Parts: sequence; C-alpha cells; structure tokens
Amino acid sequence: MSTTTSSRRRFSLEFLGVAPFIIFGLMFLVLPTLYLLGGAFIGRDGELTFDNILGLFTDQIMAAYWISIRIAGASSIIGALAGLAIALAIIRGRLPAPLRSAIMTFSGVASNFAGVPLAFAFIATLGRLGLVTIIAKTVFGLDLYRAGFNLLSFWGLTITYLYFQIPLMILIIAPAIDGLKKEWSEAAASLGAQPWQFWRYIGLPILWPSFLGTVSLLFANAFGAIATAYGLTGSSLNIVPILLYAQIRGDALQNPGLGAALALGMVVITAFANIIYLVISQRAERWMK
Amino acid sequence: MKQNRFWAWVVFLLGASYFIVPLVATFEFSLRMRRGYYSFDSYASVFSDPNFQATFGYSVLIGIFSILVGIVIVVPAVYFVRLRLPWLRPFMEFFTLLPLIIPAIILVYGYIRLYNSSSIIPFTGSALGTDILLTFAYVTLALPYTYRAVDTGMRTIDVQTLTEAAQIAGANTIQIISQIILPNILVAVLSGAFLTFAIVIGEFTIASLLNRPAFGPYLQNIGANRAYEPAALAIISFIITWGAMGMINVLGRFAPRTSARTD
Amino acid sequence: MTADFLSVSGLTKTYGSNTVVKAVDFAFARGEFISLLGPSGCGKTTILRMIAGFETPSAGTITIDGQDITTLKPNQRQLGMVFQAYALFPNLNVGDNIGFGLKIAGVPREERRARVAEMLKLIGLPGYEQRYPYEMSGGQQQRVALARAIAPRPRMLLLDEPLSALDAKIRVSLREEIRAIQLDLGITTVFVTHDQEEALSISDRVVVMNAGRIEQLGAPHDIYNKPATRFVATFVGQLNNLDVVITDPANKIVTIDGQPLTLPDLPADAGLNAASVLTVRPEVLTIGAREGNDVTLTGTVADVTFLGSVIRVRVALGKNVISLDTFNDQRSIPPRRGESITFSLASKDLLVLAN
Repeated sequence: MSTTTSSRRRFSLEFLGVAPFIIFGLMFLVLPTLYLLGGAFIGRDGELTFDNILGLFTDQIMAAYWISIRIAGASSIIGALAGLAIALAIIRGRLPAPLRSAIMTFSGVASNFAGVPLAFAFIATLGRLGLVTIIAKTVFGLDLYRAGFNLLSFWGLTITYLYFQIPLMILIIAPAIDGLKKEWSEAAASLGAQPWQFWRYIGLPILWPSFLGTVSLLFANAFGAIATAYGLTGSSLNIVPILLYAQIRGDALQNPGLGAALALGMVVITAFANIIYLVISQRAERWMK
Repeated sequence: MKQNRFWAWVVFLLGASYFIVPLVATFEFSLRMRRGYYSFDSYASVFSDPNFQATFGYSVLIGIFSILVGIVIVVPAVYFVRLRLPWLRPFMEFFTLLPLIIPAIILVYGYIRLYNSSSIIPFTGSALGTDILLTFAYVTLALPYTYRAVDTGMRTIDVQTLTEAAQIAGANTIQIISQIILPNILVAVLSGAFLTFAIVIGEFTIASLLNRPAFGPYLQNIGANRAYEPAALAIISFIITWGAMGMINVLGRFAPRTSARTD
Repeated sequence: MTADFLSVSGLTKTYGSNTVVKAVDFAFARGEFISLLGPSGCGKTTILRMIAGFETPSAGTITIDGQDITTLKPNQRQLGMVFQAYALFPNLNVGDNIGFGLKIAGVPREERRARVAEMLKLIGLPGYEQRYPYEMSGGQQQRVALARAIAPRPRMLLLDEPLSALDAKIRVSLREEIRAIQLDLGITTVFVTHDQEEALSISDRVVVMNAGRIEQLGAPHDIYNKPATRFVATFVGQLNNLDVVITDPANKIVTIDGQPLTLPDLPADAGLNAASVLTVRPEVLTIGAREGNDVTLTGTVADVTFLGSVIRVRVALGKNVISLDTFNDQRSIPPRRGESITFSLASKDLLVLAN
C-alpha cells in the first residue's frame, strides 16, 4: 500500500479500516442476537409459531422472571442510592482527598469482582458457616438462618449483587457529581436556600438523568448476571439466567424454541428498562444542550 | 457545614464496612483449612493443583489474544471515524453499548445456535474453532471498555495534525497508525487491555457454555466440591483484579506525558 | 456621609500558615458602589466571600446595617451575589432562576411571576421567562444572574468579577448597565475586579488591595491622580518611572539626564546627590510647549506605537525611557524614530512616591 492522492482509493481505505469493526459487530453482536430472538418464533419444524412464547407462561418460568426482576430492581435501586450517597460523601462531604482516590480505585476493582469468586466471598461471609453468621450467633446471640435469612434467597442475592452494583454506580455517577459547580450551591445559599433546598431544587434534578441512566444500566447488569448466582447456588435458585443456562446445557436440543423465547423475554425486559429511562430522561433533560 | 462532614463520615464508614467485611471474612475462612489454627494450607492446595495451573494459563492466553484482537479491530476503526467518517460515530457508540445491555448468556446462546458444527461457519465444530469463538466473545464483552479507552486516548491527541505531519514526512496509513497513533495512545490502549484482562480472567458463563477449560468454570467446579479452597481462590482473584486495576492507575500517571498538547 | 452601612474591622483570613487577608478595615454608606481592586491573590475575592458567608473569617467582624453578620450562615444574610461564571441553575428556566430566591422565601406564585417580569424588564430581556440558560449568550446569562441576585430585594449586592468571562464590548456595555441599575435601586454594591478601568469607571469608591492589605481607599479620581503608594500608582493606569539625582535639596531641584527640574515636594529624607525616582502619567506630557507647563525636556524618539485614538511615543532621556501619550490628530505628522523631540509638563503633575 502506498500513499495515494486518489480520493477514491483513500475512500476505500477508510472503509477497509472500519470494516473489521463493523463486520465483527455484525457477526458477534447483532446477528447472533437477532438469530436467537427470531428463533423464539420458529417451531420444531421450521414453521412460524407463538407456541414458544406461550410456553413461557408456566408457573415456574413466570416465578423465575418475577424473582429476577425483583433482584435486579432491588439491587439496582439500592445500589444506585447507596452509590450516590457514597459518591456524594467523598466528593461533596469534604472527606480527605486520598480517601477519594482510594475509593475510586477500589470501586474499579469491586465493580469487576463479580462472578464466581464474589459468590465464594459471600459464602465465607454470610453462608451457614460464614464469619458474620457465626459472629452474629456467638456474640450477639442472633441466628440469622433461624431468623429466616438465606444467602440463596432474594435478599441474599441482592446483598451479594450490591457488591458490584454500588461501585459501578460510584464510578459512573462521580463525574456527574464533579460536574455540579460549587457556585450553584453558593448561589442557592446566598438566595436563602437551606442545603436540602439546594439538593431538592437544583442538585438532585441535575443528577437525575445520570442517576436514571445508571439505574437502568445496573438493572441490565444484574438481570443478566449468572456467574455470581451460579457460584452461590449451583442451579438450585430459580432465576431466569440460570433457567436459561440449564436450558442451554441440558435440553437445548429438545426444545430450542423455548430457550430462545426465554432469551427474548430477557431482552424485552432489559430493553423495557432502557426505554423507561429514555422516556424519563428525555423529559428531565430538556434543559440540556 | 460540620454536620455535612459528619454524615459524610457516617456514609463512608457504613460503605467501607460493607465492602471490607466480606474480604476479611473470606480471608479468615481461607486460613481455616487446618483444624484448630490458621494456616495457608488452602493456598498451597490451590497452587499445587495442576488444573489450577492449566486453566489459569489457558485463560491468560485467551485474555492476551482477546486484547490483541480488540486492539486490531478497534484502533483503526476509531482512527478513521475520528479522522474522516464522523457520521459513523453515533453508530459506533450504539454498537459498543450493546454488550452492556445484551446479557452475555444471550450472546453465547446465539453463538451456539448460529455457529454450530452444522452451520456455514462451524466455530464450535473443533476445539481450535471454539477457542477462537471464545476469544471473539471476550472481545465483544470488552468492546465497550476498549472502545471508550481508545476513543478517549485519541481525543487527547490531535489525530488530524499528527496524521498530516506524518503524511508530509511520507508515511503511509499503516505506518501512521502503527508508528504514530498507537504509541501516542499507548497508555489508553493498555488501560483498556488491563480492564479486558480483569473481565476475561474469571469469566464463567461463556467459557462454561462453550465447554472450554478456562479459569471461571474451574472456580465454579472447586466451589461445588471443596470447602476452603474457594475462599483462597476468591482472595487470589481479588488480588488479580486489584493488580489489573492498579496497573491502570499507575499507567494513568504516565498519560499526560505521552499525549500531545493541543494548545 | 455616615459610612456605617457596611463595615468591616480587623478582618483576617488565614489558610494554614498563609494569611491572605491581613486585618482589613473599611466602612461604607448605604447606596455606595464599592470596588475591591487588586491583582489576583490580593485577597479581594476572599473578602467578598467572607461578606457573603462562604468563608469564615479567622478574626475580625463584618457588620451590615448595624447587625453583626460575621458568624451568620450565607442563607441568613439576605445578600445577592453574582458570580464570574454566571452560575445560573442549568435545570431551571430563566423565570425560575430569577424567582428562586422568592420561592425559597415563600412568596406566592402570582407575586413571584410579577416580580420576575419586572426584573426581566429591568435587565432588558422581557419575555425570556421560558428560555433555558444554555439557549442564551454569556452577556444575557450574566444579566439573568444579576436579576436573580436582586429579585429578592437583598440588603446588598456582591459582584465577583462578573464581567471577566465576557467579550470586551459586552463587558463595557454591561458594566454601564450594572451601574445604572445600581443607581436606580440605590442598592449598596461591592464589586470585585482586577481590571482598574472597570473599577474606576463605575465605582463611588475604590479599595485598592495588595497582598492582603488595603493600599488605598478613595474615590476613583483620587486613586488615579493621587496614588498613595508606589503599588497603587503602578497598578492603576500607566506610569513612567524616572531616575533623577537630587542636586539642590533646599530648592527642591533635581536633574534628569542633566536637565534640571523644580519639584513641588521632595521626600523628607532627600539628601544632596541622592538618587530618587519620580513618576509621571503618560497623558500629562505634551509634545512641544503648553500653557501651564513649567518644565520642558528634550530627548530622542525611541519608538512610536499607534494605539488608535492615541499615539504613544517613547522618548529616551539618557538611560530613562519615558512614554508620552498624544491624541491621534490626523492633521499633524506623528514623530519619527531617531528625531529629537521637546516635550513639556507641569511640575505639579510629577508624583514623588515613598518607596
């Protein structure tokens, strides 16, 4: 290849540079997803059908969706609120500066510390023989498991997911909080506003679109997560990704259409969460450029 | 104002305890293998396991290939989009957001359906083919991070001027990208690389469903069959993740030196 | 004039070992327009922020209208503030920005709306209620910020370099507008700036500050014509420094490049053949002779700079180089480099400054 002044050849060169990216994206992102989702409407003999979709409406599958939505919803909302509180504390609460950079680094680590090892850590913490469980029993006389707690439950999984949800929130929301100018709170104060009034009318409304966007991202993050849950429970917990995992592993060949329908349901719910975000943020962002 | 600071400390300490307690508990648990007193037996047991060495080595190798493939795909694309095809930008942004929204399990299920042994491109027909598919899957997972790292890197250097300067000096496009652009965004690219590594090294879902002997499925297997080793492995994984993130931090300090000034 | 509406005494601010405001005292009357003028880091902004309540003084008191506000929180002080970077709330439209203080104070909606409309008329942007800050130019945003600050009828208006972020032309028109509104409302105003022209043009009185202390406090013409210190003389306006030798202390005669001058005054410690420094403004020097000018000097033109309405000529007198400004009179030919030139001045315009 030589340097060429022919605009035509340069044009093709540009596309040659971008083409691998586009082809890759089509082959490994778009096509597999579309093919899979399309499969939800194709029956065993290749005919167009809604049987697979209707097949989702069994008690077991509906219960799985419901608990998945609850876990993803709770862990994203609680994670977002806790992450927001921590980010506000370290950025606006005038804590020592080294603490801030330590927390940001830790958040980078913890947000990537998902999956099987995280499950191990929580088994060692809140499992039947976990440190916190034992301390609660021997020191405080509180038997967590007799009191109804179970790591392999809605709350157990939510608490575990928060370990990567909160740091992810901190990482994403911190730049937005940095974008809150000091002068805004000073202007509000000089106009007579109490700190809570500043947050009520100015600070939180400005953060609101970023907050919502992050919640929907956290929701998708938790809704599709499987490794952590699988590491905690094996395949005993009935959440959608684990159901799908079992479907792929076990009887993918027996009813591939149902697996595709399960996947379609997941994509629809994640997309729905994102659409809610888009609609609300469109309304909230009318003051933005 | 004082009150403000008080609540900041309360929030921080609550948060810190939530994040530190599991680490302490896991570490403590990992030392409990020998009855009666603390020992590092579980770590010794992990490190001497040939499966640990094999699966870890496999995942590192796949990780390195994923990083290389990611760079080869992303760097030229971002370069040309920045330089000549800015109208493709929103499309790129959308593309690279998809892996955050589509769960990995759906991607891999799609791969299995689309690229099975009876399809036109039978990736899963052979071990090598499946290794390649696994690598591509990891490139996809890391795409949002690689893209953003490279894009940020190119924003801090003046791509246009650097390119024109190199063209006047007689360089061709491949030379420009490999000898001018890449060295200048090296810090950004390496940051993306370490993040990719952190994501890939313990990944479970895809490796497991593609039946590859990777570190993630090994971890899960140990978790199902052993008592104390999982805790040791959790600590080891945490340290690996910390190491990858720490490298990004260290690299960040070098960033201003390699980026061109625009003023 | 009883100068007791705003008074500051012994005001000190220390950050660690660094004292940025050193025991500052001043007092001003109701309705005055006061400028705090000085280079960056002189402590002027810190004083303003202590008046506003964003910084707590290390020592000293601030009193407004007889009330000690030193330890009051910012939101209890009833002061209006305008910031350098506008600081409009980006999520609120213009009407809600201006009405914010009123809303906080619990003013009913209808009354608020009327006041907002009145404010918008005052700043020349009627009907802009529904606009968002990003849809407006910098000058318009700063006007809105001004309206927001005065809408709740504050006791005082604080302006922190409000014009620095704007283009030169808008800067001049907006500063005139600010002054007009201030005179109209009769609101006591403290204006912080590093731009001497700005300070001199709109203030009743100017506080010139340097390194945490007040160098001079006075009306603009006093500051300019009778600078109290060398710092004020050099910071405010252009100034020529002339090295002279005192040849006759009794008769107050000095020589510059061998040419004698009689001064109206001499420093008390001046001795025979001592070296001293005289200062003189470029605009009091006239090419050729002029009625009332009792000193004539001759030198060589070193440089001529065309500044539009004014031509600045630099004249070498031995080692001294003097700048003199002359109006750009299109009918006369400006001096040329290397020419010998005679110029005159009134000896009363010479400033003898204590070092």
